[in-house]
Amino acid sequence: MNGVHDMGGMDGFGKVEPESNEPMFHADWEARVLAMVRAMGAAGAYNIDTSRFYRETLPPHVYLSSSYYKKWFLGLEEMLIEKGYLTREEVAAGHAAQPAKALKHGKFDLDDVERVMVRGKFARPAPAPAKFKIGDRVRAKNIHPATHTRLPRYVRGHVGIVELNHGCHVFPDSAAMELGENPQWLYTVVFEGSDLWGADGDPTSKVSIDAFEPYLDPA
Amino acid sequence: MSHDHDHHHHHDHDHSELSETELRVRALETILTEKGYVEPAALDAIIQAYETKIGPHNGARVVAKAWTDPAFRKALLEDGSKAIGTLGHVSRVGDHLVVVENTPQRHNMVVCTLCSCYPWEMLGLPPVWYKAAPYRSRAVKDPRGVLADFDVTLPKDMEIRVWDSTAETRFLVLPMRPEGTEGWSEEQLAELVTRDSMIGTGFPRKPGAPS
Repeated sequence: MNGVHDMGGMDGFGKVEPESNEPMFHADWEARVLAMVRAMGAAGAYNIDTSRFYRETLPPHVYLSSSYYKKWFLGLEEMLIEKGYLTREEVAAGHAAQPAKALKHGKFDLDDVERVMVRGKFARPAPAPAKFKIGDRVRAKNIHPATHTRLPRYVRGHVGIVELNHGCHVFPDSAAMELGENPQWLYTVVFEGSDLWGADGDPTSKVSIDAFEPYLDPA
Repeated sequence: MSHDHDHHHHHDHDHSELSETELRVRALETILTEKGYVEPAALDAIIQAYETKIGPHNGARVVAKAWTDPAFRKALLEDGSKAIGTLGHVSRVGDHLVVVENTPQRHNMVVCTLCSCYPWEMLGLPPVWYKAAPYRSRAVKDPRGVLADFDVTLPKDMEIRVWDSTAETRFLVLPMRPEGTEGWSEEQLAELVTRDSMIGTGFPRKPGAPS
């Protein structure tokens, strides 16, 4: 979706402000939110792409004015309601009132902790040969799905070069909408900064994205 | 940077909103617990694992080894996950880690314009600035301007390569080894490797510089 989360190339957000001796969490509730998001995902309530989509669909003014973990919290709450794991009445009351919905992987308990501390595996067997090889010129498609996609706006329509082939991976555009993993070839595609930004860009810069095959046409 | 300044940017804007968020988070955890979805002690254990097991020390060890062991460096650049998997002392790494090497000709910098993708098993949880709009918006259009915010200046003709982490691939920058470290041990070298040098928004410390 063409949401405010797709920030690459936007102006006006000001300077980057590194914080010296930054704590891991700025409040205890941030850590609880992180843990709940990881736990409910590992229990099978949603996949990582769906959870990203729920953060992206926060109203733009909320997205832009909320801290990082506030966005995580708001996305989590809405997602759990919409997926039927809790109700708005329960949220308002602050207590469970309805029977639980079964979780695909069952209750998240101590035995599951080690599992969430290892990054998930997203590689899948290839359903078809790769269309592109390293060195090929490709054009990022001019697509504007209203649903989840990982093709940022700033590359759409531009020509780049295939630099790496990462194999077949779960396709976020399908997984986010719970339409299955639909594995697709994944490539690193590199663009010249001057192609992306014209004379306003840095002529010494190159920018790459990781692009799933359905995002690309031969060029 | 003043505390007030940080507060304004990194937190909810006043205490009533902050406490409202806190109450809502507590309520959600209560509901998830009452419904039998999560064990609160398991949430504690996740937080403890983030706080104690991961962090930039993991990435620093990998970089220091690459600086001292040419065979490891080669393997690391060919397949980051596989090479790091051979190091018993580094926390377990996920698949799809790509290590990109800085050279006198090219500087690498990593961003996630769409959200906050970051090699946390190598670097720990990302800092607030990495997840915030200024970095995500500008890194791909004005990378040298972003580096200036970190007091980092590159030679004018050096290529700057920005890696936008748009899939489940994760990128770790292998910075250049500082001069004046000939004969240093891996442990000594690892002390010079900063988190930002592995994101590409900084350089390793110079020998003798305060850590």
